[in-house]
Amino acid sequence: MSELLGIDDVSVHFPAAGGRVVRAVEQVSLSIAAGETLALVGESGSGKSTLGFAVAGLQAPTSGGLRFEGVPLTASTWPAARRKIQIVFQDPFGALDPRMPISSIIAEPLLIQRIGTAESRRARAAELVAQVGLPRDALNRYPHEFSGGQRQRIAIARALSPAPRLIVADEPLSALDVSIQSQVLNLMKEVQETHALSYLFISHDLAVVNHLVDRVAVLYLGRLVEVADRAALFAAPAHHYTRALLDAVPRIGRRRARHGGTIKGEMPSPLNPPSGCVFHTRCPRAEALCGAEVPVLRALSDVQSVACHFPLGSE
Amino acid sequence: MSEFADVAIGVWTLRWRRFRRHRTGMASLFILGVLVAFVLAAFPLQYFMGIDPDVTDLFARFDPPSAQHLLGMDEAGRDVLIRLMIGGQISLLVGVLATLVGGIIGVLVGVAAGYFGGRLDGVLMRFTDGMIALPLLPLLIVLGAIDLTKLGFSSDFAHSGAAGFWRIVVIISIVDWTAIARLVRAATLQIRERDYVRAARASGGSALYMMGTHILPNIATPIIVSFTLTVGRVILFESVLSFLGFGVVPPTPSWGNMLNNAQELVTTAPALAVYPGLLIFVTVIAVNFLGDGLQHAFDPRSERTP
Amino acid sequence: MGRFILRRSLQALLVLLVMSFVIYNLIGLMPGDPLDVMIASNPGATPEVVARLRAIYGLDQPILYRYAHWLWAAVQCDLGFSRTHSQPVLEVLAPALWVTCKLMLISFVISVILSLMLGISAALKPGGIVDGLVSLGAFAGISVPVFWLALMMILIFAVKLHWLPASGISNVGDGSFRDHFVHLIMPVATLALANTGGFTRFVRASMIETLRMDHVRTARAKGNSEGRVVLVHALRNAMIPVVTVMALSFGTLFSGALLTETMFAQPGMGKMIYDSILSNDFNLALSGLLFATLVTLASNLMADLAYGWLDPRITL
Ligand SMILES: Nc1ncnc2c1ncn2[C@@H]1O[C@H](COP(=O)(O)OP(=O)(O)O)[C@@H](O)[C@H]1O
Ligand SMILES: [Mg+2]
Repeated sequence: MSELLGIDDVSVHFPAAGGRVVRAVEQVSLSIAAGETLALVGESGSGKSTLGFAVAGLQAPTSGGLRFEGVPLTASTWPAARRKIQIVFQDPFGALDPRMPISSIIAEPLLIQRIGTAESRRARAAELVAQVGLPRDALNRYPHEFSGGQRQRIAIARALSPAPRLIVADEPLSALDVSIQSQVLNLMKEVQETHALSYLFISHDLAVVNHLVDRVAVLYLGRLVEVADRAALFAAPAHHYTRALLDAVPRIGRRRARHGGTIKGEMPSPLNPPSGCVFHTRCPRAEALCGAEVPVLRALSDVQSVACHFPLGSE
Repeated sequence: MSEFADVAIGVWTLRWRRFRRHRTGMASLFILGVLVAFVLAAFPLQYFMGIDPDVTDLFARFDPPSAQHLLGMDEAGRDVLIRLMIGGQISLLVGVLATLVGGIIGVLVGVAAGYFGGRLDGVLMRFTDGMIALPLLPLLIVLGAIDLTKLGFSSDFAHSGAAGFWRIVVIISIVDWTAIARLVRAATLQIRERDYVRAARASGGSALYMMGTHILPNIATPIIVSFTLTVGRVILFESVLSFLGFGVVPPTPSWGNMLNNAQELVTTAPALAVYPGLLIFVTVIAVNFLGDGLQHAFDPRSERTP
Repeated sequence: MGRFILRRSLQALLVLLVMSFVIYNLIGLMPGDPLDVMIASNPGATPEVVARLRAIYGLDQPILYRYAHWLWAAVQCDLGFSRTHSQPVLEVLAPALWVTCKLMLISFVISVILSLMLGISAALKPGGIVDGLVSLGAFAGISVPVFWLALMMILIFAVKLHWLPASGISNVGDGSFRDHFVHLIMPVATLALANTGGFTRFVRASMIETLRMDHVRTARAKGNSEGRVVLVHALRNAMIPVVTVMALSFGTLFSGALLTETMFAQPGMGKMIYDSILSNDFNLALSGLLFATLVTLASNLMADLAYGWLDPRITL
C-alpha cells in the first residue's frame, strides 16, 4: 500500500508556568496508507488531540516532521495540502459557527481555498447535505436548529467538501448518544468508500475502534507504546497498557479475562513524565530496567510493533 | 441572504421581545426618539420661522420667553431654544462619531491582541493598562489645548468651528477606546478556541478571514452594548471639555459650551444654566438605560431588572 | 509577594516614564512658548535678542535633548519654576496636594459608606421597589455632568437659599474650623454624589452574585440570621471586586476633583493643573499631570495588593 501520510519523529511541547515544559507528544512516528483507517487510542490527556492537531496543521510540531503524498510538509507545501486534510471535532455544539447558515458552513473550506464559484460551491453543499443524510432544506437553516448527531453530519459534510484524502476525526462519537453513535459511524464508513478516504480516527474507547479501523496506535503520556493491525492487537496485545485498555472493554460473548488485574492509579503529569519507560509506575510487570531505560519501538512481526522491555506473550 | 430571512428574524424578534419587557430600556428609547426629534426641529424653526441661532441683539439680552422666542434670549440676545437644538445636534453627533472612531480603534486592538496573543497581546494590553491608569480629564484638557498650527495646520483652519468639532472627536476617541479593547480581547480569546474557528484555520483561512467571518459576528453583542454605554460617556466628556473651553468653540453652540458663561450668570439668568445641563443629563441617563436594556435583551441569562 | 510588588512597581515606573515623555511633548504643542511673556513685556526685543534668549534657555535644542535635560533635573527633585506663581513648582504643588487630598478622601469615604448601604439594600431583593429606586439613583449618579451638578448646587444653596458659600476654602480673616467646614460641604457633596452612582452599581451586582453562592446559602441554611449572613458571609466576598473597582476608580475620582475644585474655586491640584494649562505655565502643568499619573498608578498597585489580600485563593 502506498503511504499517504507519514509522521516522522514528531514531538509537541507546550511551555508551562515556571519555565517548565508539557511534553504532550514525544517522538512519535507513524504512517497512514491511502484508504486506510488508523485509530489513535489512549486515556484522556495522552496527547491524541495534540497529535491530531499537528496532522491537521493546527499545531506546529516542536520537532520532527510530516510527509503528505510523499512531500514533506513545510510552510510552502502546507497551503496546498490543507484542502486534502480535513478535521472533524468531538463537540458538535462548538464545531459549527452559530451565525452561519448550513450551506455556508459546508462550503467554507471551498471558499477559503478559493475553489469554484459561489454557484458551484452552493451546488456542492446541496450534494453533500444529501449524502450525509440531511433534508435539503437544512441548507438554509442555522446550527441551533439541529441535534448533536445532525450537527456531526454537517461537520462531516464540511470536511468532505474540498474532496480531501485524509480526515482527522477527533473523538467524533464520544459526545453523542449511543443510539446515534452507530448511525454516524456507519455514515463515516459509507463516505470512506465513496470518497476513497483515509481516517486518523482518535478515540479513548477501543470498543468503537473495533468496527471501523484497520490498524491501531496506542499512545501513553505522549509516547507511542504499541502499533498493530486490528486483528493482531485485539487477539494478542503486546504492551501491558494495551492489555489494560482491552480489559476495560466489555464485550459480548467473551469472558472478561484478567491478567494480573487492571492498571492502578492515574496517569502521571506530562510536566514531569517518569524516567525510563513512562508506563513503569503503573505497570504490573515493571522491573528495575523499566525505570532506567527508555524502551524503543521494535517490530514483533510484520503487523505489530511495541515499545516494551518485557512485552506480553514473549515469555 | 433573503432566503434565510426567517431565521435571522428569529433571533432579533426574540431580542426585541426581551427588550420590550425592559421598562426603563423602552422608556429610554422613547426619550431618545423625542430628543432626536427635538434637535432636528432646529431646521424648520430656522428656515420657516426665520430664527437665526447666531444673530445677536443687544436690545434683547435676557428677554423672557415670548411667543416668538419660547425660551427667551441669552446674554447676547440670541434665541435660547434654537441654540439648544443646534447645540444638541453637535453634542449628539460628537457622541456618536467619537464612539465610532474610538470603538473601531478598540475593536481592532482587542481583536488583534486576542487573536494573535503572545507578544503582540502583551504589548497591546500593557499599553491599554497604561491608558486606563491615566486620569483622563487632565489629559483631555492638554490635548484640547494643543495649538493646531504647531502641528502644521493653517491658522485659518485651526481657529475654525470645524477644527473645534473634529478636534474633540479625535481627542476623545484616542483616549476612550480602552474599555472596548479589553472587552473585545476577552471575547476574542473565548471564540478563538472554538472548534469552528479551528476548522477554518485547518482549511487555511487567513487571520483577516477568521476575524471578519467568525470572530466579529460572534462578539457583536457585547460590542453593541459597550458602544451604547460609551456614547453616554463621550457626551459627558464633550460637555465638560466644551464647558472648560477646550472643546466645541463658540459661536458654534454645544450643550457644554452653552454653560460656559452660565456660571457667572447664575444669579441673573439661572434658566440659562439649567436647560443645557438638564438636556445632557436626560440624554446620558437615557443612553445608559438603553445600554442596560440591550444587555438584558441580548443576554438570555441576565437577571430581571425593572 | 515581594517580587510581585517589585515587578509591578517597575512596570508602573515604566508607564510613568513613557507618560512623562508623551506629556512633555504635548505640553510643547500648547500655544506659546516659555519665552513669550518675557518677550511681550520687552517690546524692544530684536529677533537677535530673542534668538539668544532661546539659546540660553535651551529652546533651540531638539526636543529629545530638552526632555532628557528635564528628566535629569526631575529625578533630582528639581521640577523647575512656576512662572505664574513665581515659585518653585514643588512649593506650589505641596499645598494644592493637601487641599485635593482632603476633598477626595472625605468624599471617597462618604461615597463608599453610601454605596455600601444603598447597594446592599438593593441586592437583598433584586427587582423590588428599593432596588428600582436605587438603580434609578445610581444611573442618575453616573449620568449627571459633575460640573452641572456643582452649578445647580451653587444655584440652589448659595444663590437662592444663601445657606452655603459658593466658593473658596474659607472667608478672608476667618480661619475657624466651622468656616473651613462650611466651605467644604458643597464640593464634598458634589464629588461624593458623582462617585456614589458607579460604586453602588458595583456593590449591588457583586452582592447579588455572592448571595447566590453556595456557601452563603449554606450559612443561611445553618440558621444564621439574615443580617449575619448578609453582613458577615456575603459582604466579605462581595468586597473583593468592589475594593478593586474602587481603588481603580482613582483616575475618575481625580477627574471629578478637577471639576469640583474648578467650580468651587478650591485651590487644589485639579484647579492648579487647569489654571496652569490656561496660563501656559508649562512646568507646573507638566509636574501636576505627572503627579496625578503617579498617584493613580500607585493606587492601582494598591488595588492589586488589596485584591490578593482579600482573596485567599490568589497567591501573589
Ligand atoms: N495548548 C496547550 N497548552 C498547554 N498544554 C496543552 C495544550 N494542549 C494540550 N495540552 C496538554 O497536553 C496533554 C495532551 O493533551 P491532549 O492532546 O488534549 O490529550 P487527549 O486528546 O489525548 O486527551 C495534556 O496534558 C494537556 O493538558
Ligand atoms: Mg482530546
